[in-house]
Amino acid sequence: MNDMFHNARQTGKPFKLSRRGFIGASLGALVLGVNLPARRALAQAAETIAPGSRVSAFLEIRPDSTVLFRSAFNEGGQGVFTALAQIVGEELDVDPANFSVENAPPGPDYLLVGGGRFTGGSMSVRMSYDAMRRLGASARMMLLQAAAAQLDVPVDELSTEPGRVVHAASGRGLPYGDLADAAAGLPVPEDAALRDSADFRWIGKPVQRLDAQDKSTGKTQYTIDLSLEGMLHAAVQHSPRLGGEPDELQNESEVGAMPGVHSIHRLPGAVAVVASSWWRARMAVEALQVTWSEPAQGTAHAMPAEFSTEAHLAQLKGTTGDGIDFEAEGDAAAALAGAAHVVEASYDAPYLAHGQLEPPSALARWNDDGTLELWVPNQAPEMFQADAARVAGLAPEQVIIHSPMLGGFFGRHFLYQSANPFPQAILLAKAVGRPVKLIWSREEEFLRDTLRPISVARFRAGLDDDGLPVALHAVTAGEGPAGRWFGREPDKVDSSAVEGVAGKLYAIPNRRVGHVHVDDPAIIGFWRSVGHSMNDFFYETFFDEMADAGQQDPYELRHRLLADSPRHRNLLEAVADLSGGWKRGPFEAGDGSRRARGVAMASPFGSEVATIAEVSIRQGQVVVHDIWVAIDPGSIVNPAIIEAQVNSAVALGLSSALFEEVVYVDGMPQARNYDGYPILTPEMMPRVHVRIVESGAPMGGIGEPGVPGVPPAVANAVSTLTGRRVRSLPLSKLDLEEGGEA
Amino acid sequence: MDLTINGTTHQIDIEPDTPLLWVLRDELGMTGTKYGCGVAQCGACTVLVDGMATRSCVTPVDSVAGAEITTIEAVEDDPVGRKVVQAWVAHQVPQCGYCQSGQVMAATALLKETPQPDDDDIAGAMVNLCRCGTYNAIAAAVRDAAQA
Ligand code: FES
Ligand code: FES
Repeated sequence: MNDMFHNARQTGKPFKLSRRGFIGASLGALVLGVNLPARRALAQAAETIAPGSRVSAFLEIRPDSTVLFRSAFNEGGQGVFTALAQIVGEELDVDPANFSVENAPPGPDYLLVGGGRFTGGSMSVRMSYDAMRRLGASARMMLLQAAAAQLDVPVDELSTEPGRVVHAASGRGLPYGDLADAAAGLPVPEDAALRDSADFRWIGKPVQRLDAQDKSTGKTQYTIDLSLEGMLHAAVQHSPRLGGEPDELQNESEVGAMPGVHSIHRLPGAVAVVASSWWRARMAVEALQVTWSEPAQGTAHAMPAEFSTEAHLAQLKGTTGDGIDFEAEGDAAAALAGAAHVVEASYDAPYLAHGQLEPPSALARWNDDGTLELWVPNQAPEMFQADAARVAGLAPEQVIIHSPMLGGFFGRHFLYQSANPFPQAILLAKAVGRPVKLIWSREEEFLRDTLRPISVARFRAGLDDDGLPVALHAVTAGEGPAGRWFGREPDKVDSSAVEGVAGKLYAIPNRRVGHVHVDDPAIIGFWRSVGHSMNDFFYETFFDEMADAGQQDPYELRHRLLADSPRHRNLLEAVADLSGGWKRGPFEAGDGSRRARGVAMASPFGSEVATIAEVSIRQGQVVVHDIWVAIDPGSIVNPAIIEAQVNSAVALGLSSALFEEVVYVDGMPQARNYDGYPILTPEMMPRVHVRIVESGAPMGGIGEPGVPGVPPAVANAVSTLTGRRVRSLPLSKLDLEEGGEA
Repeated sequence: MDLTINGTTHQIDIEPDTPLLWVLRDELGMTGTKYGCGVAQCGACTVLVDGMATRSCVTPVDSVAGAEITTIEAVEDDPVGRKVVQAWVAHQVPQCGYCQSGQVMAATALLKETPQPDDDDIAGAMVNLCRCGTYNAIAAAVRDAAQA
């Protein structure tokens, strides 16, 4: 860069931005945007910031022309860092491979999800796509303008190639790294032209993930891996039931004398040991004999001592009435009354744990200047910052939040009051006056994880003389996580309690979906695909019952009822085609096993999905051989990541369908590790075939949509194979020893 | 006691029943090896002990004194390990990545022992859990690494 500056100066041209450029150079890192003069920075801070517009908040172009990008969304495996590099790189004209991406700190620039910030709802790319393209284009324009000044040519004689500005007429060129500093001082243009999608080089292409190498060599650091100078380690033992407080510690002095123990602490709802290593902390805290008090009257969300999933499920099943209306079309009641035939069934699905492989942790340090620094797995930095400030008794701006890469996501890293270790880490670091890293053991995680809610759905369908549905009436009972965490209006239905029973696209003229709210005594949370994770199972499995009752093929009936929805009909045809043509079975496979296929559709998170599963029964166990998924997210950024995400979603959806179930007895979860809560193992993984359909509809989500179709497609196939309806998950509860095998 | 990790001998003074995992992570700062379950269920903590894939979360450190321990930090120093990592990247295996240190070590152990594994060998050796469901990519990467 200095060469170019010298050249510019030697030509004697006025050189507007040189001073700032040299300041940047003297710092050794040319940062697009951070070298703003104080006056300008202040002025900008005072203005209201339009999220996603301020180039300097997102981009640093380094001297070697590589780019550091600060992402508003956190990476937990879903590929968002790579996707954002593709989007920004496309417009900025930098190969995504030359990006490094990190999670942005809290700040107004990053509030890209409806004025807030939250990695979830499969929203990251679709909510920020336009803004991030404009951001990249603006930054490129600033670099062009800076180059025009340096080369003393009109800006419209300049163009870019990846990582550099070129002046074709003179054959001169300037790497971005040499221009970053000058560009930083320029105002962000408002009207930078976007690249024509026909010319995309990276958007829409299977660009390699940015994180694959580091994750394949153990170099990626998750929160659990971090350490600080002088840091101590902490482990906790929670009250077995939420709401209990540590009363008496019978053997405190013995435990205090265990190797490496620094101190023993009482925390809200838990005891902790701080020690020289985590293993020592854990051994000590688990050796503590604690008497837990019963929750004080009125303790919010105290877990009742008599709570059991069995009783709670019975309560949900025992609810009556139609609940509050959520969705209605035509007159379902009248159509049912006049129907030639009525089909009725009720369904249920259990609590689920997240089971992300990285156990929760938090690292806290109180700094000498009174600020608190936190490293914490999270999907909403501003929310965590505000809550940490509340715990610490500080103003939010006194809390510095770092958001490392997440070792699994699935909805676990939302701000869930009783399910996050960071408040404990804050208190412990304060108490010991040193940085503390707290890790929850897997057992503590199973005790305090938030759960995918348990739920029940009751259906009634009316068929006409031809066996075609004329009415469908559905009521779900339970509680949705959105209402729990974002507030529920008592007279309104929380959409997360009905999504997937509601919002279906089949042309049934008379429909009604209602919801009966029942407070869930457990701490419920968001679980990959949220309400869809069970509601599409309910609906799509009942759909097959309805089809069978009307003597319709379930694929053909879906196809028929989507006659007026070309996008969905096309997708259904796509998945059938992908699977070699629809065949329900039972049929005999090449290996002599008896198999059947099931189909399901779902419309989650702005995307459309059609799924077919092929199953057999072996020794009383459901074996899933193949899953075909056609997914239409409207338009796409990275087909390879989509295929990987669909594989991932199939694994999770299948795991939940086959055997996942959190069971509470006496107010306590029965499983405290993977031995009691099995998750899908490699040998159970089916082949997964993916077809991406780009209908051109508005961009939908990718992380979650593959999940909901899997349980009903599998359940429908199992029903075909066994002649028995599957109305309750997981499938492992079915006794398939007899009747299952042909 | 003396521990030989990635060819370097470390003097460790610790309770002898401490799991190797926590010696690696907290005493030696080698955090590439992960804690997932602590009860030999998930395999995130897989290291090689004398070439054998071993779940370090349930391996008392004194039981491996004198053995050759290899962790993910040194996987690319080994020609087989390097092939495995290359295949992992080529197949874009990792999602969240948290299980992948253990997966790469399990694959390396397999291919060192059985350079040309058949599908049953792969199924028998690649048993670590992955909550992100990267199993198909893992199997493809192992097959590829065996060809390479
Ligand atoms: S941490 Fe060792 S097997 Fe899970
Ligand atoms: S990549 Fe996330 S657990 Fe395997």
